[in-house]
Amino acid sequence: MFKYTLKRLLAGVITVWFIATATFVAMHAVPGDPLLNDKAVTPEIRRNLEEKYGLDKPVFTQYLIYMGNMLQGDFGISFTQQNRRVNDIIRDHFPVSAMLGLLAIFFATAGGIVWGALTATYRNRAPDVVIMFLVILGISVPSFVFAALGQLLLVNINSWVGYSLIPVAGWGTIRHMLMPALVLGLGTMALLTRLMRSTMLDIVNADYIRTAKAKGLSPLRIFFRHQLRNAILPVVTILGPQIAAITTGGFVVELVFAIPGLGRYFVQAVQQLDYTVIMGTTVFYGAFLVLMVITVDIIYGYIDPRVQLE
Amino acid sequence: MLQCRVLNSPPVVYRMYCRIILALSLCCGFTSAAAIAQIEATSVDFKNQKITIALAQEPPQLNPLKATDQVSFFILGHVSEGLLRYDRRGRLAPGVAEKWEMDETGATFWLRKNARWSDGLPVTAHDFVFAWREAVAPITASEYAFVLFPIKNGEKINTGALDKSELGVTAIDDYTLKVEFERPCAYFLKLTAFGTYFPVRQDFYENRGERYAADVEDMLYNGPFRLAEWVHSASLKMVKNENYWNRESITLTEIDAAYITTDTTARLNLFKDGKIALTGLDSETIKDALNQKYRIRKFTTGSVFYLEFNFRDGRLTANLNLRRAMQVVFDPNELVNKVLATPGNLPGYSLFPVWLDGVEGKFRKEFPAKRINIDIEEGRRLVALARQELNLETIPPLILLVGDSPTAAKQAEYLQGLFKTTLDLDLKIDIQTFKQRLAKMTAGEFDIVAAGWGPDFNDIMTFGDLMASWNLNNRGRYNNPRYDELVRRAQNSTDPQVRMEAMAEVQNIIIDDVVILPEYEQAVVYLQHPKLKGVVRRIVGQDPDYTYARVVQ
Repeated sequence: MFKYTLKRLLAGVITVWFIATATFVAMHAVPGDPLLNDKAVTPEIRRNLEEKYGLDKPVFTQYLIYMGNMLQGDFGISFTQQNRRVNDIIRDHFPVSAMLGLLAIFFATAGGIVWGALTATYRNRAPDVVIMFLVILGISVPSFVFAALGQLLLVNINSWVGYSLIPVAGWGTIRHMLMPALVLGLGTMALLTRLMRSTMLDIVNADYIRTAKAKGLSPLRIFFRHQLRNAILPVVTILGPQIAAITTGGFVVELVFAIPGLGRYFVQAVQQLDYTVIMGTTVFYGAFLVLMVITVDIIYGYIDPRVQLE
Repeated sequence: MLQCRVLNSPPVVYRMYCRIILALSLCCGFTSAAAIAQIEATSVDFKNQKITIALAQEPPQLNPLKATDQVSFFILGHVSEGLLRYDRRGRLAPGVAEKWEMDETGATFWLRKNARWSDGLPVTAHDFVFAWREAVAPITASEYAFVLFPIKNGEKINTGALDKSELGVTAIDDYTLKVEFERPCAYFLKLTAFGTYFPVRQDFYENRGERYAADVEDMLYNGPFRLAEWVHSASLKMVKNENYWNRESITLTEIDAAYITTDTTARLNLFKDGKIALTGLDSETIKDALNQKYRIRKFTTGSVFYLEFNFRDGRLTANLNLRRAMQVVFDPNELVNKVLATPGNLPGYSLFPVWLDGVEGKFRKEFPAKRINIDIEEGRRLVALARQELNLETIPPLILLVGDSPTAAKQAEYLQGLFKTTLDLDLKIDIQTFKQRLAKMTAGEFDIVAAGWGPDFNDIMTFGDLMASWNLNNRGRYNNPRYDELVRRAQNSTDPQVRMEAMAEVQNIIIDDVVILPEYEQAVVYLQHPKLKGVVRRIVGQDPDYTYARVVQ
């Protein structure tokens, strides 16, 4: 077990190093110049800026310096916010994204499991058809459409009740989080519903369920003890990458609901060629994703005793 | 500041979806005007004189020496003050300086003794000397250093030829500031109201180092307001500065920028929900706002948008007849009414916008810009002439470089259609994101670029020297000794008649030589809560200006 974890972590470190290198290369290969701005500057000022950010050195030297600093946990200074360190940006804004993401994951898994179980139970009957239609909608419609619609819905609810029941946008209280988290989790919820449905259907016809029925167990007991526990395994598998995807993919939701999350920095940095923020957020998220996958694999062993961690 | 920047604008696809949603919501009767009116607005608080607003983005740089963007200057204009300031009617008024004298060689400012920093210490002449020296010092790498070039040795220090102590500014004593000019500067007083001229206190600045202005406690304030709370990317609260010398004339106790988002639909929703007191509209949200029967307000930003030609050797656009051909078929009026289609924009006829002052009245009244008659036959003749001169069978496609905003794409398509149908000229549209577009502009990889320019100070020279051969923002590398000479003449004189006549000739050169094709003078449309009064929209300086605003019952 310990050896396994260690091995996975080592592989994870190599993955992160690879992500960092690939991002570094891609970033420098993209046309454009991070130091260019509306106002053209004199060559002297340009030289000073290049010196400040180390861009006056050859790219490979820049790479070595960057990797060296990164190993010491220093991601450098942002290009667009020249008095903020990338470390501070991640520290300030990741907790927001994480909080929103966790709530979204909670909505997604709770919804996915319930709807999935429901569709499997009522296979090919009205509830199944309706829910599966909604699921297809949930998977195919992008989150920014849901975000805009969700916000519009809040505006109308508030004007109907006559006061701000649920805030339209902003950040601070749990009420602010409800709608954005729901919107953010919708895609994952739809995905999980489908997954849950198909695994449930496999299991319904399995031998051990028939045995359980034959033994005279109550349907509820069969459902919770035997069906759900087995059906949930694939859900856990995809949950790891999904958590990472949700906490990183919140750009549009963060924009629409004016939420100060890291997703906004992640996307805007690319638009503005903010080298240090691109590197910092990508490496951070990469590491986060790797860690999530490893965690899920380890948890897997506990849920399903048949899985041997070796 | 240059206005063509489209920071963080959501992708076109996203906008398209918004349009669909809007249509959907209208169909479902989702938004009914009657229901909306019921919400009681929390954005304006009469009892406490507090207002809530939204910002389009987090201010990237609140260090006045380095700030370049509109949001940062908006905040800085409320929490800091220069020697002079603009009053509620937009006229120059005393700020930290209570009186001043100016002649061709320099200026002297006498500072008021009751101007204080937020920590209680007085604002002195030394704070200005320090700030201005730092701003031009090459090590600071300020992109706005050029606005200090009218001060003696400013440019030489900035290029590294002289030490920053050589700057022509001295503190005679704590409350007297003497400025020497590099050359006569008719508009110097206006410059002292600009952000880069704001004072900075040395001991505090050096103590904070790299982190200066990174957070509330890393800054000092000497303006009508001070920052009280700043949660990055989430909110920013300004409260009345009790140390401000003129605090009696300030009514608002708090300006709470409680939301930060570039999404105009989200901001309109916040406005509908009574959460913010003012919001700008774009071509999509304006339809919704009209449906709500809100009062739509207009404001001309003072920026001019135009097509800039590439004059580098070997570029087809270096040919005068080719440029003339495009000039005689392009009607800015049609662009404004049919393509932009939001209210308020003025068709562009000159590099100089209509609001600029002339000798006594407005420049464009005194020296009207020549109008070009639309003449497609003439255009075709000119293209044929250009083909002969260039020795070409057909003119190969010209590259039109534009930004990635929805409006830019719409304009580009309009121009493509226009030049094809009238002149049989092909345009190849090159849509680029902000930084990539700048890189191509700088490298000269375009034939025509859609560009824009916004004023930095309230004088004709903020536009006048744009196409001078030495100006780095002259991206097409237009080079005309006569143009340069006229700019120098206007720069070296303080006589309005001499200056404006020189600029009138510049205006003619730009039209005759087709240096640019003016497109439009930009306007913005916005909503403002009816109980919020006294908000000043400014062409130069912080905009919108809430300094003298108040909430009525």
